Amino acid sequence: MENAFANNRLTRRFAALKAEDRAGLVVYVTASDPDLETSAQLLAGLPGAGADIIELGMPFSDPMADGPSIQRAALRALASGACMNRTLAMVKDFRKTEADTPVVLMGYYNPIDTYGAQRFAIDAAAAGVDGVIVVDVPPEEADEIQPVLAAHGVAFICLSTPTSDDARLPAILKYAGGFLYYVSVLGITGTVSAAADAVAAAVARLKRHTSLPIAVGFGIKTPQAAATVARVADAAVVGSAVIDRLAAGLDANGKPTPRAVPDTLAFVADLAQGVRGARQ
Amino acid sequence: MTLANSFTQGPDERGHFGPYGGRFVAETLMPLVLSLEKAYDEASADPAFAAEMNRYLTHFVGRPSPLYFAERLTAACGGAKIYFKREDLNHTGAHKVNNCIGQILLARRMGKTRIIAETGAGQHGVATATVCALFGLPCVVYMGATDIARQQPNVFRMKLLGAEVRPVTSGNATLKDAMNEAMRDWVANVEDTYYLIGTVAGPHPYPRMVRDFQKIIGEESKAQMMQMEGRLPDSLYAAVGGGSNAIGLFYTFLNEPSVQIVGVEAAGLGADTEEHAVSIGKGRPGVLHGSRTYLLQTGDGQITEAYSISAGLDYPGVGPEHSWLKDAGRVTYVSVTDAEALDAFHRTTRCEGIVPALESSHAIAQALKVAGGLPREHIMLVSLSGRGDKDVDTVAKAMGVKL
Repeated sequence: MENAFANNRLTRRFAALKAEDRAGLVVYVTASDPDLETSAQLLAGLPGAGADIIELGMPFSDPMADGPSIQRAALRALASGACMNRTLAMVKDFRKTEADTPVVLMGYYNPIDTYGAQRFAIDAAAAGVDGVIVVDVPPEEADEIQPVLAAHGVAFICLSTPTSDDARLPAILKYAGGFLYYVSVLGITGTVSAAADAVAAAVARLKRHTSLPIAVGFGIKTPQAAATVARVADAAVVGSAVIDRLAAGLDANGKPTPRAVPDTLAFVADLAQGVRGARQ
Repeated sequence: MTLANSFTQGPDERGHFGPYGGRFVAETLMPLVLSLEKAYDEASADPAFAAEMNRYLTHFVGRPSPLYFAERLTAACGGAKIYFKREDLNHTGAHKVNNCIGQILLARRMGKTRIIAETGAGQHGVATATVCALFGLPCVVYMGATDIARQQPNVFRMKLLGAEVRPVTSGNATLKDAMNEAMRDWVANVEDTYYLIGTVAGPHPYPRMVRDFQKIIGEESKAQMMQMEGRLPDSLYAAVGGGSNAIGLFYTFLNEPSVQIVGVEAAGLGADTEEHAVSIGKGRPGVLHGSRTYLLQTGDGQITEAYSISAGLDYPGVGPEHSWLKDAGRVTYVSVTDAEALDAFHRTTRCEGIVPALESSHAIAQALKVAGGLPREHIMLVSLSGRGDKDVDTVAKAMGVKL
């Protein structure tokens, strides 16, 4: 498995981060939120603002694992005409100017299943996607998609949670590629936050099971919180707090104001500063 | 997966009915789903569990429910003999309580101390609130704000029973959104909370477990029919939203080739309009709420909203076993409109002195539609899954009557 991804951008990026002795910042945004143009502008600005890895949400009508911020982002995106073709096209456009920053698509299985897992794997790889997170495909159902993604050099990124105990982890790691995403709290995105020592203990436990990098997410809302995670994990993932900044830049009709993108990127830069300074 | 001539082998050990079903849930929930499966397997092998369940079904729910010959409707149609399985006479007024008794006993066995549920029409919410009151467990019911507005009596009943009813405003604020919200609650409260799903949907083992708790409907009917008519019915009719009363009635008869089986979906304003809940007839397989099944969705895989005058049927999916039975050709799925269901509601009320739920009225409508063209010796068995008291406001509104 490791060899198949030796040249994957995720592998290269984590190796570079390790050489710098710092954690990475993973930034989540929803594709086409609030519309294609604004979203593409934001995406293009993320590497410059300090995002080391980008998670691009594939909008879904029923985001069962997401809190209100990302739910609303998905609804805004869908209302503006978001669809799988458009999400993949966004990545393709992004790759025209940015060759190195890994892009991970994140979402739910039904839009992928509808698109066709095989076709999705081919088109995602061709667009320049490096990994895929499918929230509602646990290891028990991973045979549906992991092999076709791997065949096209796209990592199937698995989630582990506080309920994934030592007995269960091998089942997850059997399929995991790219990095292991540790969901640090019991709950949905953008709500409660984990205690620092609990995160440290969890990362240490996961490290005993895998050599994959560990990214920690859920409930990280500030540069300080991102820094705390960055001291112990290989990457910190911030989603809802970024979406909230973007949403704050929308007018009463949900249309973006001129400050929407710059304000959001400024917040990402603050997060990046927190993450980069964490181990100094 | 199926042996020749057997339609009762599913699901397999991974919860699949052919290509349907499965466990498409977030990793946080996976260990819970696995432990639920283990606990259910142990409970179903334990005679003490069955004995306890039977005690409550007999003395609390009031089972067996009667099998009733609808003599005047039969005469009015002038054809097949129409029988009703009277699930409306259960405590709380619908078949939903059968499943709730089973699951609450399981939750107690697992040491869970908090119960959550989703509800559409409110029947499952009322049944859940009822069993929670019976055992003194705190209960949170998620209900779409749209449904709350049209099912006020049931909302108040749940509150009287001590449940907290949490309005859900996301999406179209109906059953699908309530189920999303219940799953979000479950993910956040995995330690103490039991999610009491009301239909044969959700991740494995729910579709199998809920079916097992509902199959008493068909088992009783079969025995009662043998006693009253000395033979099996010729055809079965049941409304299908998620499909729990339908699978409950059908299951025992699946391997009886002489029995024609018909599931009735809600066609709302018409199956060819945008406003319907015909998931099997008009949908396409996809993955939602933990399983692969027929869904109403766009070409991009976004789930669309279902519509029916009956709040209990407007779910954009269906239990995975129904999807499998459809593909296998064992069950025929048809649909009837709001108008046809309302007509059946009125005819049953005036002709038989029984006020059926709007959900059940869909099954009755299909039976009434075909009864006249069938011979007098044909025996029809219709699931009268619930009573219609909760629907009188909706019916009045449809009639243009202000209460």
